[in-house]
Amino acid sequence: MTATENTESETPEVEPGIPFILNGEEVRANEGELLISAAERHGVHIPHFCYHPRMSSVGMCRMCLVEVDSGRGPGLQPACMQPVMPDMKVNTESEPTTKAQDGVLELLLINHPLDCPVCDKGGECPLQDNAYAFGPGESRFVEEKRHYEKPISISELVYLDRERCILCDRCTRFADEVAGDPLIHFIDRGAQTQVNTFPEHEFSSYFSGNTVQICPVGALTAQPYRFAARPWDLAEVESTSMVDPTGARVALHSSQNRMVRIQGVDSDATNWGWLSDKERFIYEATDSPQRLVEPMLRDGRGEQVQTRWNTAIKNTVDALTGASDPRRIGVIGGARLTLESQYAWAKLLKGLGAVDNIDAQIGDGLPADLVMGLPKATIDSACAPGGVVVLLGADPKEELPTLYLRLRHAIQNDGVSLIEMSPRQTAFADSVAARLNPLPGAAGQIAGALADGMVGTSIGGIGSDQLTTAHALLTSDRPVTVIVGRGNLAESADVVVSAVAALKRLVPNARFLSGLRRGNIHGALEMGLTPGYLPGGQELTAKIDGWEMAPQTKGLDTAGILKAAVNGGLDTLVLLGADPLRDFPDAALAEAAFERIGTIVAVDSLMNRSTQRADVILPAAMFGEVDGTFMNLEGRVSPVNAKVTAPGQARPDWMIAAEVAQAAGGDLGFSRLEELQAEISATVPGFKGIDLATAGVAEDGPVISTARAWEPTLTETAPIPPADDYGLRLVVDRKLWDNGTMINASASLGNLVDDAVLTLSPADLDRLGGTSGEEVQMSIAGGSSQGIVAMADARIPAGAAHVPFGVKGVQAQELITAGDPVIEVRVQA
Amino acid sequence: MATNAYVPHAAGYVDNEGVKIVSSRFPYEDSHTLERSLATGGYDGMKKALRMNPAEVAAVVKDAVLLGRGGAGFPAGVKWGFMPPVWPRYLVVNGDESEPGTYKDRLLMENDPHQLIEGCIIACYALGLNTCFLYIRGEMPVAHERVAQALNDAYAAGLVGKNIDGTDVSIDVVLHWGAGAYIVGEETALIESLEGNRGMPRLKPPFFPAAKGLYLKPTIVNNVETLANLPWIISNGADEYKKYGSERSPGTRMLAISGHVKRPGVYEVEQGKVTFRDLFYGENYCQGIKDDNELKMYIPGGGSAPWFFEEQLDIPLEASEVGPAGSMLGSGAIVVMDETTDAVRACLRVVRFFARESCGKCAPCREGTTWEEKVLQRILDGNGRPQDIDLLLEIGANISPGNYPVAAHPDGGLEAVPFPPKQTTICPLGPSSVAPITSAIRRFRGEFEAKIAAASEMSGSAV
Amino acid sequence: MSRLNEENVALAEEIISRYPRKKSALIPLLHVAQEQEGHVTNAAMEHLAELVGITPAEVLGTASFYEMFKFEPQGKYMVNICTNIACQLLGGEELLHHAEKTLGIRPGGTTEDGMFTLEDVECIAACTEAPCLQVNYRHENRVTIKGFDGLIAQLRAGERPEIPNHGTLGKVRQHIPADRLAGIESPETAGTPEWYSSRTAPAS
Ligand SMILES: Cc1cc2nc3c(=O)[nH]c(=O)nc-3n(C[C@H](O)[C@H](O)[C@H](O)COP(=O)(O)O)c2cc1C
Ligand code: SF4
Ligand code: FES
Repeated sequence: MTATENTESETPEVEPGIPFILNGEEVRANEGELLISAAERHGVHIPHFCYHPRMSSVGMCRMCLVEVDSGRGPGLQPACMQPVMPDMKVNTESEPTTKAQDGVLELLLINHPLDCPVCDKGGECPLQDNAYAFGPGESRFVEEKRHYEKPISISELVYLDRERCILCDRCTRFADEVAGDPLIHFIDRGAQTQVNTFPEHEFSSYFSGNTVQICPVGALTAQPYRFAARPWDLAEVESTSMVDPTGARVALHSSQNRMVRIQGVDSDATNWGWLSDKERFIYEATDSPQRLVEPMLRDGRGEQVQTRWNTAIKNTVDALTGASDPRRIGVIGGARLTLESQYAWAKLLKGLGAVDNIDAQIGDGLPADLVMGLPKATIDSACAPGGVVVLLGADPKEELPTLYLRLRHAIQNDGVSLIEMSPRQTAFADSVAARLNPLPGAAGQIAGALADGMVGTSIGGIGSDQLTTAHALLTSDRPVTVIVGRGNLAESADVVVSAVAALKRLVPNARFLSGLRRGNIHGALEMGLTPGYLPGGQELTAKIDGWEMAPQTKGLDTAGILKAAVNGGLDTLVLLGADPLRDFPDAALAEAAFERIGTIVAVDSLMNRSTQRADVILPAAMFGEVDGTFMNLEGRVSPVNAKVTAPGQARPDWMIAAEVAQAAGGDLGFSRLEELQAEISATVPGFKGIDLATAGVAEDGPVISTARAWEPTLTETAPIPPADDYGLRLVVDRKLWDNGTMINASASLGNLVDDAVLTLSPADLDRLGGTSGEEVQMSIAGGSSQGIVAMADARIPAGAAHVPFGVKGVQAQELITAGDPVIEVRVQA
Repeated sequence: MATNAYVPHAAGYVDNEGVKIVSSRFPYEDSHTLERSLATGGYDGMKKALRMNPAEVAAVVKDAVLLGRGGAGFPAGVKWGFMPPVWPRYLVVNGDESEPGTYKDRLLMENDPHQLIEGCIIACYALGLNTCFLYIRGEMPVAHERVAQALNDAYAAGLVGKNIDGTDVSIDVVLHWGAGAYIVGEETALIESLEGNRGMPRLKPPFFPAAKGLYLKPTIVNNVETLANLPWIISNGADEYKKYGSERSPGTRMLAISGHVKRPGVYEVEQGKVTFRDLFYGENYCQGIKDDNELKMYIPGGGSAPWFFEEQLDIPLEASEVGPAGSMLGSGAIVVMDETTDAVRACLRVVRFFARESCGKCAPCREGTTWEEKVLQRILDGNGRPQDIDLLLEIGANISPGNYPVAAHPDGGLEAVPFPPKQTTICPLGPSSVAPITSAIRRFRGEFEAKIAAASEMSGSAV
Repeated sequence: MSRLNEENVALAEEIISRYPRKKSALIPLLHVAQEQEGHVTNAAMEHLAELVGITPAEVLGTASFYEMFKFEPQGKYMVNICTNIACQLLGGEELLHHAEKTLGIRPGGTTEDGMFTLEDVECIAACTEAPCLQVNYRHENRVTIKGFDGLIAQLRAGERPEIPNHGTLGKVRQHIPADRLAGIESPETAGTPEWYSSRTAPAS
């Protein structure tokens, strides 16, 4: 027996943590914990303004001064900068402490306007609260207060009132440290110090709204919320954002049955309290003029007119039962729905109707077996210190912005190395460890070269140094996470699949994080809104209790459904919150399909290009109006809660499914949400033992993994035609602000959408004789050419041409032919 | 061109015929040139150091008890020892001299830039580092030009840069210049500024420069005068150095004495050997108060220092004596005020300086100093209220709680409160604004009251 | 159009190369920009942001902290009168009032002919020579009222050629020939100097 073993067995168990005395009582802090947070955990609140647990401490406001004795007598220390040291004595109630805090507060208040009654923050303002709790009653400050021009707009979404600002550095620190958009800054010095932007350079950050949330006073206000409500008549419920699959935790605030605000909730597992402006302000869509509030039917003259629910449901049933064969029915969409609604619709369509042409991905996804079957990482595991992340997909800043913030933090602060394999450089460009931006079509080949260790020479324009670095990182013993998404809509998903297969071969222990971008897409796949699977990733042959039948053969995906329609093979199309006319990356195909389909039934909340073409419209309740659950890209389940009642006759999607079933003479077997949730727990393998009514309510939700493993079947991708000297390969990806239905319907967000520009590597633009900022002619094989402004951008690899999807001007989906492995474009100056 | 003319040309400098450790070349008109430097032993200390082991050089400096001349008076050798064994590490020279009354680093840079450069190389060598930044206050373009020329000449002569003096030692000295902000003299603000940021101090701990300084790497910040002493110390040895000055404060200091004296000037003075009285009245020094007026008060160590009076005249000029008496020697800036001085007006002027120079980071300093200034201005303008005097003291207590350092009062029976003050702020700038207020009110409360009384009489108000 | 001109871009690059991180060169570069135009323009700040790899807001954040940077056109001569304590005691404030009257401007103002901008400034490190002032940061010591009038007359008459226009900081610049440079490395890669390791290696 060694000495260590000996001591270990005999030493009584030591309590973990650092002991210290807090107001006379011995308590323990975690290693390296700041006094302010250790005290808070032990129920002692130390007042503060500048400290924020998710950002570095600056110790500026001095409000958190407390008396600390580290052995050399008591002295005032800012608790936000002071790590707990063993045996230090802290007194947060002593006279010197309260005197110092009162003094600081008095000084913070002297120049602060007394406009609490008209301030957005009035009633929920830490400065106001502290002033009541500690402050002297009357101000001794008889001088003139500081004056600035009242609120100035610093961006489309945020106003700044510098008179109210207490210079806590939170917004500016957030912009710099967290968002990486240091566009607001302290300007001037001393008592003249103010927060401001550079003249004519707005604070245009995807994350600007966070500054409003963390501002401890009412200096920063959100344009959409200004004067919308008073804090005391706000009602609040916690929920999960359904805007993208990160599943950021949010609090919904309503006033008089109107959603007026969304705030981030600090969830350790997901968003750490941050939100993108899309997640934050998208609630505006819920009471937009585009809102569908009544059932509608196309009348004899072809007009969509209001009708009764019964009539609309009857027409829906007719459209479904009128099809001669379940294979003549197609269903597109479902990612907007809660898990429960997804299950209900899957059961209605597959379990009662044997329909399998169902696809929640609208041509911009990845094979469901791959998404469900890859060994999953969590956001935490991907961001854990010292890991390696491969980005095989789009720029997370554009598609998964809160995930982007987590990754950014990991790269900036925790030594995580990023291998960039996206089709163009991303927002991480300045901090990547290895830069491998494959040309469209080449990702599989590049990953294959890595897998084979063929890194000695450059491949497809990617230097041997970059390949070697990437290879070394991937074969080191550092944990590897691959983020898999669709970085290029003008490239077949097969390319991504083959790259995944190669990476999996090289790093057998790699874990994967899905980079899909549609709201509850992971729930949709899990609940079976994808061809070939029943809920839980079960084969079509599986038997599920209460499911009367199952589709016989694997159905079609969205492209397949649309093609079938064009060929006259479809009688009925059901849209479950989908707008393929705008959203499917092959505009010509979608348009041709819509022209031939017999009946279109749209279950949706907002009017859009596709619902305008529907024969039957069933108005669905939206986010904030329904209860249920959400599954994020990790497979984490968390609650979605209603805060307001749905307008007009709109109702939850699952209820609509139940009514359709009933009208068709069937029975889904549940009429209340709890019954539906119980059925999911009972029938879907991964959900066994999980109570959906409470999952994720008090903490981060449970992570559910699908009970299947993905085995690469694809050995060869479709051959990629060699690039010719004139052509460029098209890269099409999404931007955060696009013409999506929700954004269009949100009053404050619609005008954030940019015009489409074509970006090329500077060398290519030069070679083609173009000038940055001027129009060029762009054409695809067989298409007519159109004018578009071109910009040189070093983040685009040579040989590629980048056009964003779904913005103003040139519509990228008109350039894409679904199924083509890559798209060649020609550009002429 | 080197000339041998020996003329007391340098404005401000007064040759008091005492020992010259750092000002020995000042009397030469061409004192700033490489020729003059080399002709008078310049770079000998450096060459000697390069033949020693770096640790030996550091040991000599430590042994010499070279107290920092930037204000805090911390021994350079001890500070150097705080550097953890981490590289890269940097030396930053603090030439931001802006403390009211302070006027010596500018002379050292303008009149003998090579002595400073030599000191830099010696320090870099001892510390084992190869990049030194010489931060010169922006408002000193002549110092900037002289140091730039000296560096260009020294690089060309092989005395700085690659393979110094033919050895394998390579050290760069990079000239950097500021742009007007007193607070940047504070060492952590200086580092922020050198990183291209707003010069706002960092909190110590955790940002002690010796451990986490420039680029969060170990960094020594030393004052110009501190480094200018090194060539002499290395050339002559620690024992020789300690023959001058006092035991606790060896060597000399460059003192700027300004205000109401007959012969204001910058004097090189042995530490601890002379008293304030000697300085103000001595034949070799200031030769008495202007117009033979009565002395009213004096600031012994720059605008940040609490004021001294008649009773403190016999205190020797030594940090260890001045601190317990309620003030500090600080940056060697003595401002003398005679009986004609309006205490309220002088107080306001010093407070106003801190209000204008607050970096704005800490709420108490940013808001408190401007408030103090406004109240004082009101009193001076004849709009004071009786409660304003205590209000001033209470605002001060919000910035600097507890008893503020102050000199003993002969008749009020008030004891001296020793330096330094407590603070609710990150750096001592905010608390410094309390020094003139406490000093003036405790000594001349009557003057404040008189102004306020006159004001209420004028306005006919009863209060 | 007031980005740095070609010559100053080259100068900026030389200055940047002397720092382990580009942003450290920001204040010296702002001086270069100010020297070119007499004040720091928005276009120049945008240009500097590109040169050191930060946002214009960060450049402004730094620039506006420092008094010497002016964001609007200044007089050809900036007359900075010290009124801090040592100068106040010997008539600095009276000198300032005199200057206000003779020039017809308040501190911060510029004469209509664009010749002078007046400032009341803090201690300029010439306290023993009070009252003192600076013209474009060149010291004038022990300035009497008469002396002040004479100085203004001289400046108007162009009789002080040694004083450069506002913005020019030092007429002599540091220049390190490439072969004399010890070598500036980024803090991420720099290590212990070789000479140090060899001199501290335990004797064997
Ligand atoms: C507000 C403030 C201003 C200061 N200004 C200067 C200065 O102008 N020059 C200087 O050398 N030190 C100044 N110091 C002191 C520096 O922080 C630092 O202690 C000094 O440069 C260290 O050098 P030394 O050890 O050689 O004295 C200042 C300190 C404070 C708090
Ligand atoms: S005390 Fe004043 S100058 Fe010092 S850091 Fe705080 S605000 Fe800045
Ligand atoms: S919370 Fe600690 S100083 Fe602001």
